[in-house]
Amino acid sequence: MAAQEEQHDKAPGGGGRGRGGVLMYATGFVFAIVLTLASFWAAGTHSVWQPGVPVLLAALAIGQMGVHVVFFFHISSGPDDTNNFLALAFGVFVVGLVIFGSMLIMSNLNANMMPMDRLMEMQR
Amino acid sequence: MSLVDALTEPVEPNRNDTPISERGPAPLPIVVAFGFWLFLLSDIVLFSALFAAYAVLSGQTAGGPNGPQLFDRTNVLIETGCLLASSFTCGLCTLAIEARNRVGTYAWAAVTFALGVAFLALELSEFSRMIASGAGPTRSAFLSAFFTLVGTHGLHVTIGLAWLVTMMAQLATLGFHPMVVRRLLCFSLFWHALDIVWIGVFTIVYLGAH
Amino acid sequence: MFGKLTWDAIPFDQPIPLAASLLVVAVLAGIAVTVVVRGWLPYLWREWITSVDHKRIGVMYGVLGFVMLIRGFIDALMMRSQLALAADGAPGYLPPEHYNQIFSAHGTIMIFFVAMPFMIGLMNFAVPLQLGVRDVAFPTLNSVSFWLSAAGVLLINLSLMVGEFAKTGWLAYPPLSELAFSPGVGVDYYLWSLQISGVGALLTGINFTTTILKLRAPGMGYTRMPIFCWTALSSNLLIVAAFPILTATYAMLLLDRYLGFHFFTNDGGGNAMMYVNLIWAWGHPEVYILALPAFGIYSEVIATFSGKPLFGYRSMIAATLAICMLSFVVWLHHFFTMGAGADVNAFFGIMTMIIAVPTGVKVFNWIFTMFGGRIRFTTPMLWSLGFICTFVIGGMTGVLLAIPPADFVLHNSLFLVAHFHNVIIGGVLFGAFAGYSYWFPKAFGFTLDERLGKAAFWCWLVGFYLAFMPLYLLGLMGATRRMQHYDVAGWQPLMIVALVGALVILAGVGFTALQLVVSIRTRDRRRDLTGDPWHGRTLEWSTASPPPAWNYSVLPNVTQADAYWGMKRAGLHAENAATAAGDWEPIAVPRRTAVGVVLAFFSVVMGFALVWHIWWLAIVGLLGLGGTGIAHAWRTEHEEEISAEVIAESERRRQKASA
Repeated sequence: MAAQEEQHDKAPGGGGRGRGGVLMYATGFVFAIVLTLASFWAAGTHSVWQPGVPVLLAALAIGQMGVHVVFFFHISSGPDDTNNFLALAFGVFVVGLVIFGSMLIMSNLNANMMPMDRLMEMQR
Repeated sequence: MSLVDALTEPVEPNRNDTPISERGPAPLPIVVAFGFWLFLLSDIVLFSALFAAYAVLSGQTAGGPNGPQLFDRTNVLIETGCLLASSFTCGLCTLAIEARNRVGTYAWAAVTFALGVAFLALELSEFSRMIASGAGPTRSAFLSAFFTLVGTHGLHVTIGLAWLVTMMAQLATLGFHPMVVRRLLCFSLFWHALDIVWIGVFTIVYLGAH
Repeated sequence: MFGKLTWDAIPFDQPIPLAASLLVVAVLAGIAVTVVVRGWLPYLWREWITSVDHKRIGVMYGVLGFVMLIRGFIDALMMRSQLALAADGAPGYLPPEHYNQIFSAHGTIMIFFVAMPFMIGLMNFAVPLQLGVRDVAFPTLNSVSFWLSAAGVLLINLSLMVGEFAKTGWLAYPPLSELAFSPGVGVDYYLWSLQISGVGALLTGINFTTTILKLRAPGMGYTRMPIFCWTALSSNLLIVAAFPILTATYAMLLLDRYLGFHFFTNDGGGNAMMYVNLIWAWGHPEVYILALPAFGIYSEVIATFSGKPLFGYRSMIAATLAICMLSFVVWLHHFFTMGAGADVNAFFGIMTMIIAVPTGVKVFNWIFTMFGGRIRFTTPMLWSLGFICTFVIGGMTGVLLAIPPADFVLHNSLFLVAHFHNVIIGGVLFGAFAGYSYWFPKAFGFTLDERLGKAAFWCWLVGFYLAFMPLYLLGLMGATRRMQHYDVAGWQPLMIVALVGALVILAGVGFTALQLVVSIRTRDRRRDLTGDPWHGRTLEWSTASPPPAWNYSVLPNVTQADAYWGMKRAGLHAENAATAAGDWEPIAVPRRTAVGVVLAFFSVVMGFALVWHIWWLAIVGLLGLGGTGIAHAWRTEHEEEISAEVIAESERRRQKASA
């Protein structure tokens, strides 16, 4: 079995080992804590230009997700990770489409059509 | 040689001549982990539909309370801390499994479990407080979307805890059987994936509320 | 004790569903009694019901799809005859309540329980063989997927006898499908059965994506995979990415209906448009989940029967992947008329038209594959040729509908109905029949009767044009879909033509069934001993027909695309080297398991209990599901070994037969 595995690509989550593995998880953990605290700070602070706060929060969240992918899932861009990486990219593509597509479509509909509750009020 | 040893072993130079795609069927651990990876991606897509519903409906309070009136950020910060710490201990548990260290595996799994339970307890207390104050999921579209999104994440945590208990029972009865080891690796991937969803939840739901 | 379930649930006052359900029960009881009396049950249990062999599971999907095709087709005949009668004030014979159930049942069953099982069944049968491997990545999961689909079929068909079908159309738009407007159990049956079968489809998607990406014969790089594997990969990627959206959307509607949430309700700030948006974010990829594997089948069939390699193999892969991606950015074209602004409508309209480009690439590739080839007009080839002509028409009316201003005129008209039948019948169903007649000899070891097959094809083709071309015209005249009667007497002649078309298709269905019966009865004359009845190009034709449980005694070594064609040209036989040596290695194959059918049983129990609000039974079902899963987790022996002697014997027999 082991001899076979040498020839193949990597499993997601595999790759950290021994002392290096602990270091990897610990680094990820520290990064995650710092980014989380930064997010909570950014959401409550007034020292940042207020319209920039959502952008900052989004950047911190995406950064933290990236940290988790790299340090906890051990996904890299290496050749033995191609399938894992491409699957992830496809997933991100679909998630982005569903969330932002829905938001775009629904805000457009709401802007053009009378909201449902107003319509109901008019019928009363 | 453990799975991880095999994975990180340098590939023999003569093997490099054949591209990975032409080397024939992949061994079982890699197949299982990749299949589970796809499952996780599909699970994230499921959450994306719930996130989309939340994003669209979060303003629809129907005259009821809105986010800033209901959410307690300190509570959320503690919840986040529990979940991140449990992810770290879950990673340590994975390392103990790879070292075939039975005591370490049980110990780190127990810590992971305890942190998961703490997270759930905090979430449930938040839910019950909201429902008691008349802000239940039937109050408005906003609250329906909130309870469904956050509740689905909580349901995943619950399933994860049940899975962890089952895996410990498997470890006790079957030992480090290759099948058990594969499933434990899948569990750790699942647990880390819940973190990623939670980052989205606390950013969009709790910190993004205004 | 029994929730909402009382004797009133059985439609004693409605003769048509009552008679139909009695007939179904009688047929099922007859089959069950025959199976038990003849002593077939142990065989069925051992070799089929608990089988995890991808070939067997593929065949079972096919049977499931065919049975449901008959059910859905009877619904279609009822609609067509109702509309042929109910002109100019005449009421027809179907009351509106019943008619609404019929069109909802027709759409739901045809998409979820006919087209999906056919395509998934063909992928099950052919993909591992084409990849040159012994099974899918997760054989047990494959059995679970099949049985969950079957559970969905059983649950939704229970509504014929106990309760009612949804009256909300095949996608159950709210607010009509909300509790306030559909208080009956129809929508609940619809939602729970599709949730159960949706989980099955998702697991299939994961299974096949993993299989194609991780399990291929040595040497089979991505650009050496048969094109059907590429289209199957794209289709399964779409399943993995799209079905969770469906699950989430239905879950939200279920929460609205069961727990009083406000996702899509009129009050409480809910927004019904969000449902429409999300369901089509699944629904449009679903179209390509069905169509892409069919495109792959046509590609295999056309290359084989033209005796040429597929023209533009790489451009075909690129076109497939382009369609796969584009299918996710067009979903708004299903609701152009619901209020989006011109900018958003224009974006989605243009994206929709762009899909025609890779599809056009495919059509030209098929035509150039045939160009200069030595074409054999066998049944699968006829289906493919019929597809090209029909699908091009359907594609062009699709481009027409993609223009938002035109869609404002044609939305919800019979023109739309004609369009999507044009692509689903001409694209998907013809593909299913092409694949069925192409791979049947491989699956069973004997060929199908060609004359009856061709008769079935011509009936379907002619019947299709007779049935749906009038609907284009009627749509342009203003006839809407889902209408139970109409006042315009002038529409009636065209409606009658459409009914005649449906009857011609009925003859096609009859010929298909007859072909199967005749071919089975004369199977001794039509044995395929070579394993390669069509002079095929891909690996599945290199093994015996039917293939042994382990598919390949030695994994083939692939050095080029169209691997088997290359081996034949080089004068090699796949197993020559090993046969000469005479030493076969034992092979591990997956062991059969009943976990799939047990999980399906508990899903049906739980679904039925939830539909009728029998809460204790729902908990029993849920505990059964969980308990079965946990008990299965302790199963450590997932494989059994086929000894070298058995393999050697099988190879000797095959050599003797083909010599």
